[in-house]
Amino acid sequence: MMWLAPHALHVPDGFLSTAVSVVGWVLALIAIGIAVRLTRYQLGERQIPLMGLLAAFIFAAQAINFPVAAGTSGHLLGGALAAIVMGPWAATLIMTAVIVTQGLLFQDGGLLVMGWNILNMGVFTAFTGYAVYVLVRRLVGEGRRSRLAAAFVGAWLSVEVGAIATAFELAASGTSPLYLGLPAMASVHALIGLGEAIITAGAIALLQASRPQVLEAGETAPGRKGASFMMIGLMVALVVAIFSPLASQNPDGLEFVAEREGFLDRSLEPLFELLPDYSIPFVPNEVATTILAVVIGTLIVFGIAWAIGRTTVRKETIGE
Amino acid sequence: MHYDLSDQYHHRSSPIHHLDPRVKVVVTFFYILALSLTPEGAWWIFGFFLVILLSTVWLADLDLTFTIKRSFIVLPFVLAAVALPFTTPGSSLLKIPGLGWTVTEPGMIRFLSILARSWQAVQAAILLTATTRFPDLLWALSALRFPKPLVSTIGFMYRYLFIVADEALRMIRARTARSAQVTGRARPSIRWHGRVAGSMVGSLFLRTLARSERVYAAMIARGYDGHMRSLIRFRMTNIDWIASVLTVLLLGTPLIVSLR
Repeated sequence: MMWLAPHALHVPDGFLSTAVSVVGWVLALIAIGIAVRLTRYQLGERQIPLMGLLAAFIFAAQAINFPVAAGTSGHLLGGALAAIVMGPWAATLIMTAVIVTQGLLFQDGGLLVMGWNILNMGVFTAFTGYAVYVLVRRLVGEGRRSRLAAAFVGAWLSVEVGAIATAFELAASGTSPLYLGLPAMASVHALIGLGEAIITAGAIALLQASRPQVLEAGETAPGRKGASFMMIGLMVALVVAIFSPLASQNPDGLEFVAEREGFLDRSLEPLFELLPDYSIPFVPNEVATTILAVVIGTLIVFGIAWAIGRTTVRKETIGE
Repeated sequence: MHYDLSDQYHHRSSPIHHLDPRVKVVVTFFYILALSLTPEGAWWIFGFFLVILLSTVWLADLDLTFTIKRSFIVLPFVLAAVALPFTTPGSSLLKIPGLGWTVTEPGMIRFLSILARSWQAVQAAILLTATTRFPDLLWALSALRFPKPLVSTIGFMYRYLFIVADEALRMIRARTARSAQVTGRARPSIRWHGRVAGSMVGSLFLRTLARSERVYAAMIARGYDGHMRSLIRFRMTNIDWIASVLTVLLLGTPLIVSLR
């Protein structure tokens, strides 16, 4: 079925390690929580019908493709387009709905790794697309052509960032070494991203010609000033999650942890004291603490970045 | 031609179909988590988990090859791990003549473990979808404290998915009808093709936006107050509890044994 052409960014279960997957879910749930609250603020009662129908739209629009060369076709992921017309937080919610449905209904993308799929294809694409779109428009100007150029660059980069993030996650899980995975993912998606960029710019061109007020709505959505902070925060959180000595070099949680128990005990001491009685009967302590430590570390970094972003958002909403 | 998803759910009146959807969601998630925690190369655990899965397929009154047939959707992604047997250091298993690449034993074990995890996890997810109606699945997610607005949004998306997808299909058919190809003449440029596709996406967006306004107005007229209500109710029965405890024991025991 043409709808089911699996996108290279839909990571199935098994390809990411347990610790990496859990961190992904934690980050994704935070992002979803903020997105739900901010879009409710933005849209009120219209939130659910509008977001639901636009999620159906993204799902259907992913089937609209065009021939590129030698049997390949360009198609849409949609995160950047949704962010440009609805704002980054609404786009996060829309893309999350699409990815959850694809995972649950078509097994397109795994369940345990779904957190990362939501981040890669929803949050990263939406925020990159939006931040770049706004930035390019500010640099180039407000004209019609600059808007198309901004949409083009934003959409292309959004796919690229999603692909690079996926390569990092695969590397952190020990599934594919970074020196092979990163160039492969980045170059393949540099091409796939062109399809995304062409369709996104085409869609924006049509909206600009027929209903320009729709585009203005996206430009005043909440999170427009917090977008770059969010992006930086997420990137830092991602880097911390991946380069933390616990998650990296840790292809298969258990063996690695067992081997380096001594090292872990030492490095975990301060975190461990926060939760002295922490233990799970079915999981050996080291695994639980590994995951916990990575989660807490990520949360702290994310929290700081989010707090910075949040103050901007608040100022902005009061300003309106 | 209509976009149809009805083949995802397979109606039977089996004990698995009658389980509380919350139990099925939690057990599926636990199964995938257990696979993820299974040490590399612990083939007997992977085998045991596969037996559990296939017996559940059998209990669900489905064809034994049902989940296997659909599990090949993960195949394209195997590319992401295909370098592992060559890049992992360890004792060499065999050399590929001509290229000078060596397949190492730990690399092969890791690669096959990833395949086993991914293959069995996707089968568990397929089984969940095949035995649970999608609205019941969403109800289970919200009962398990998933953010409610998100679950309602997904429910709404599912409700209008078919209509919007049909709309997209009609546009694609219209484009095909107008895109006659004359042999011997140059094909239009990629940019032109892309602009057409982009315009289609743009007008699909406008139509969806207009539809959402009509739907919202109709909802308001019927007393919508910002909250979605569902008539679905499930209560945990003894069988549900037994099934949950049994699967946790069946999945947890080999993991604990293997770690000793």
